[in-house]
Amino acid sequence: MSSAISFQPIASGPSSAAPVAEKPPRTPLAAQPVSIARGRNLKKHYGNLVALDDLNLEIRAGELLALLGPNGAGKTTLVRMLLGVARPDSGNVSVFGTDPYLGKVQDRLGAMLQVGRVPETLKVREHIDLFSSYYPNPLPLQETFEIAGLAEIKDRPYGELSGGQKQRVLFGIAICGNPDLLFLDEPTVGLDVEARRLMWSQIRSLIARGKTVLLTTHYLNEADALADRILVLNKGAIIAEGTPAEIKARAMGKQVRCTSRLTLEEVRQIPGVLSVKADRNAFELQVNAAEPVVRELLQRDSWLADLEVTNAGLEEAFLALTKNHNTASKEN
Amino acid sequence: MAATTFPAALGLPRRSLQRSLAVYAKEAKYELLKNVRIPVYAISTVAFPLMFYVLFGIVLGRGEPASTERATYALATMGCFGVMAVALFGFGVSLAMERGQGWLQLKRASPMPVSAYFAGKLFSAVVFSTVIMLMLLTVGILFGGVRLPIATAARLVGILVAGSIPFCAMGLAIGYFAKPNSAPAVVNLIYLPMSFCSGLWIPLFLLPHGLRVLATFLPPFHLSQLALNAVGLAPNPTPAWGHVEALIAFTLVSLGVAAWGYRRDEGKTYG
Repeated sequence: MSSAISFQPIASGPSSAAPVAEKPPRTPLAAQPVSIARGRNLKKHYGNLVALDDLNLEIRAGELLALLGPNGAGKTTLVRMLLGVARPDSGNVSVFGTDPYLGKVQDRLGAMLQVGRVPETLKVREHIDLFSSYYPNPLPLQETFEIAGLAEIKDRPYGELSGGQKQRVLFGIAICGNPDLLFLDEPTVGLDVEARRLMWSQIRSLIARGKTVLLTTHYLNEADALADRILVLNKGAIIAEGTPAEIKARAMGKQVRCTSRLTLEEVRQIPGVLSVKADRNAFELQVNAAEPVVRELLQRDSWLADLEVTNAGLEEAFLALTKNHNTASKEN
Repeated sequence: MAATTFPAALGLPRRSLQRSLAVYAKEAKYELLKNVRIPVYAISTVAFPLMFYVLFGIVLGRGEPASTERATYALATMGCFGVMAVALFGFGVSLAMERGQGWLQLKRASPMPVSAYFAGKLFSAVVFSTVIMLMLLTVGILFGGVRLPIATAARLVGILVAGSIPFCAMGLAIGYFAKPNSAPAVVNLIYLPMSFCSGLWIPLFLLPHGLRVLATFLPPFHLSQLALNAVGLAPNPTPAWGHVEALIAFTLVSLGVAAWGYRRDEGKTYG
């Protein structure tokens, strides 16, 4: 079978309104996915702060790989290394077969980085024109304007744009050189819902053009909506890897709260209960599916009261995922 | 899994000369446009030297017997003051901001040759310096009675524009160490006292002896002496080469500090 099939996104939960059909089918390049960039045993620290802790990763041709993690997880450090603007303390980086630090592969890379301030007096058109000139085969300006949604604002100075428009300019800067591999570092941070949706559809259009994209985000629903594959990064190490469906299965769950006359042990034995916390007769249960557990609870305790079922929520669950990992690693 | 490696040469056409030139030209054009459109930059670099020149060089000397000489003298020293501002702000402040706020990093992640970035700033500084000198010269001729042979005037402008290079280097050094928000203050703290102590505002022979000794260690002093030499008003007959050597040494030290900062930057994070 073509491995490209396994790249297909899996229908996502209610949090993702994005129609799956928007994700275009992959071009099957080869029976095996082709690796176009990789990092091996990457370590980096800034003073006492460990940014990357023996990290390995691989980017495959044509995929959208999401690096998901909280702030300070090491996502930006990793992106900077792959772009060749930072070096690991140890380990090696290879992009299109060479060390990006040597400066020979930048013609094929595009980057959207978090920039505190972009020169404000230059117009959108001028920024794109300048960055396009750096690349050997840039997109025609009009095409960049269209893809990045800049046609309406191309004659306005950068300083007069809204937050969402500014992000679109940075996106335009990333794509204008028609690169094969794009790095999008938190492209939707600080955007409102509408601007985020727009950015998502622009990112999808890149994949439709056969580009490979590495996206960093701290929103699980963003990774879920866009990615073929997700790496969960925490404290400089990859703690989970899989398709969005796999990651979500690990992170999703329900929380059941109630007061009951059952003992902690009795509650714990109910099938489907992952963990229980008890405070006198108040219980808090983590479960995969709420219904069977609730049914069982009601059957066993007719006095059961204050029943409350909540969705663990993607973000909370994701935080729990990283938090659990932190606690576990502390105990080691 | 099979990891295919790409030969480095694949799909990487060497940068043609024409394309390189286009990058340098665009970088220069947009750096200049960017600066021209920043009111604070345009005003503080062009308007201040002009204002000081009118005040110290022309208005205050009105009616004195040596007013023409005074206007010519101030043309050289205020010209020096003007080109310094262009270089120190155009390199120091703008580099500190673009570096500290992540903009330079985005450019470095692109295939832009780093030299094009600095060449663009140098071009902008040269254009601004030339404009300032031509304005000072015009005002001096129209209102200060300055009369210089064309060749002499051209030499004065040439010396001062070329003489901004050491201050561009100093700007680089500042730009690699100053934080974006404090850079303007840092530049002013160096620029203004250094100008005064080098005799750009008040001629050195009117200053105490200690300051006159101190001045010989300051680059604006050496540049202003070269400029005064060009218009035949240098008070001490030091050979020009001494001043040129001092400026070259100062440039090299500044570039060394800048290179140190550049390297130091590579190990840093920008959050």
